[in-house]
Amino acid sequence: MRPYLREKTSFSAAEIPEATAFEAGYLVSVNSGWRSIRPVIDTGRCVGCEQCYLYCPDGVISIQNGRPVIDYDFCKGCGICAKICKIGAIGTEAEHS
Amino acid sequence: MANPTAERLSRDEYFYGHKACAGCGGSLAVRAALKVLGQNAVSVLPAGCMSAVGFNFPQLCFSNNSIISTFAGTASMLTGIEAGLRARGYSDFTAVGFAGDGGTADIGIQALSGAIDRNDNIIYICYDNEAYMNTGIQKSGLTPFGARTTTTPAGANIHGNLRPKKNMFEIAAAHEIPYAATASVGYLPDFIRKVEKAAQIKGTKYIHVIAPCPTGWGIAPDETVEIAKEVVDCGLWYLAEYENGAFTLNHKPTNFTSVEAYLKKQGRFQHLDLDDIKTVIESRDKKWAYIEKNFTYK
Ligand SMILES: Cc1ncc(C[n+]2csc(CCOP(=O)(O)OP(=O)(O)O)c2C)c(N)n1
Ligand code: SF4
Ligand code: SF4
Ligand code: SF4
Ligand SMILES: [Mg+2]
Repeated sequence: MRPYLREKTSFSAAEIPEATAFEAGYLVSVNSGWRSIRPVIDTGRCVGCEQCYLYCPDGVISIQNGRPVIDYDFCKGCGICAKICKIGAIGTEAEHS
Repeated sequence: MANPTAERLSRDEYFYGHKACAGCGGSLAVRAALKVLGQNAVSVLPAGCMSAVGFNFPQLCFSNNSIISTFAGTASMLTGIEAGLRARGYSDFTAVGFAGDGGTADIGIQALSGAIDRNDNIIYICYDNEAYMNTGIQKSGLTPFGARTTTTPAGANIHGNLRPKKNMFEIAAAHEIPYAATASVGYLPDFIRKVEKAAQIKGTKYIHVIAPCPTGWGIAPDETVEIAKEVVDCGLWYLAEYENGAFTLNHKPTNFTSVEAYLKKQGRFQHLDLDDIKTVIESRDKKWAYIEKNFTYK
């Protein structure tokens, strides 16, 4: 399983447990707003070596049907994946949104 | 095209949605180690960046059991967790700590030394970003010579940090620990192999992994992995293991790459002059003469 963003992101004081007893992997806020660049994978050129998956510090690249897929909710746009890809299958675009 | 390292790891993510800076080397080390150890890892993090970015209540970025310890108490909390779970009849778990360089070489060294002395069955991973980063870049015992930090500023007379890095790997080894290793996030498969190996050994295991911090080192976020590789390639760090009382070198660069090029890529070393760089190269050569003499290379 991969942690995911929970729908419910706010709590009333009464719902908050006395200790940090929420479920592990409980995500309430995304990191996408941090990006100034957006990595984009050219799946046509990608050879599925999984180096980008291995080296992403945020673990936001998963392998689906042999090809990497980026979770843009949590990608910070560090650009490490684009540099590690030896065949240049990951490009970077300016982030607009 | 299969990736032999990726194949061996869990496909699950255990450190996800964390608030580390983009390109943080420490977060890559924690993520990779937890993908080796899996769901039954119980992780302990003292004050430092990885706890600060991992626990933002109610956002809990660890999907395994995980807890913040006192700054000095990473190893003692690991000891307690291991003993407590064992007393309650659990055996299928790994108590693992992730502490920074300050939390390891300065503040937590006494608790770590005690745990190794008792040979508690834990894995202690020091992610070394070479300064107290979470409080804004102060010098630690693992800050290298010449680095500019807020407590070792670079001026006309004093060029940053005057002291060399403490040798934590050999300090751990000097306890006759069952297993100690050095690693770098620039050589991730080597680090992963060492975590896998540590998980199979009973007793205390210490792994020291270089984990660059773009914010504190003055590099771009996409340079973390390259610079972590380059520090090994230029000979200022080395990949080694200590086991059964003997040191092994895992990787021997045929020719070192330029120390000056490595230093000058980073904001924290911009002020170094040729004499300073000569000092760095001389200490590297002295270290390697020692390695050649005392470590075996297979
Ligand atoms: C006893 C105690 N002293 C000081 C602090 C403040 N503090 C929190 S994190 C930190 C820096 C930790 O540096 P390091 O262990 O190298 O980890 P990094 O932040 O670099 O990942 C400091 C000094 C604290 N939380 N507790
Ligand atoms: S590193 Fe490049 S080639 Fe390899 S899986 Fe990622 S995108 Fe594909
Ligand atoms: S840009 Fe950074 S965070 Fe985003 S997918 Fe690439 S390596 Fe991961
Ligand atoms: S300051 Fe450095 S170590 Fe801390 S989260 Fe940012 S990049 Fe990582
Ligand atoms: Mg540090």
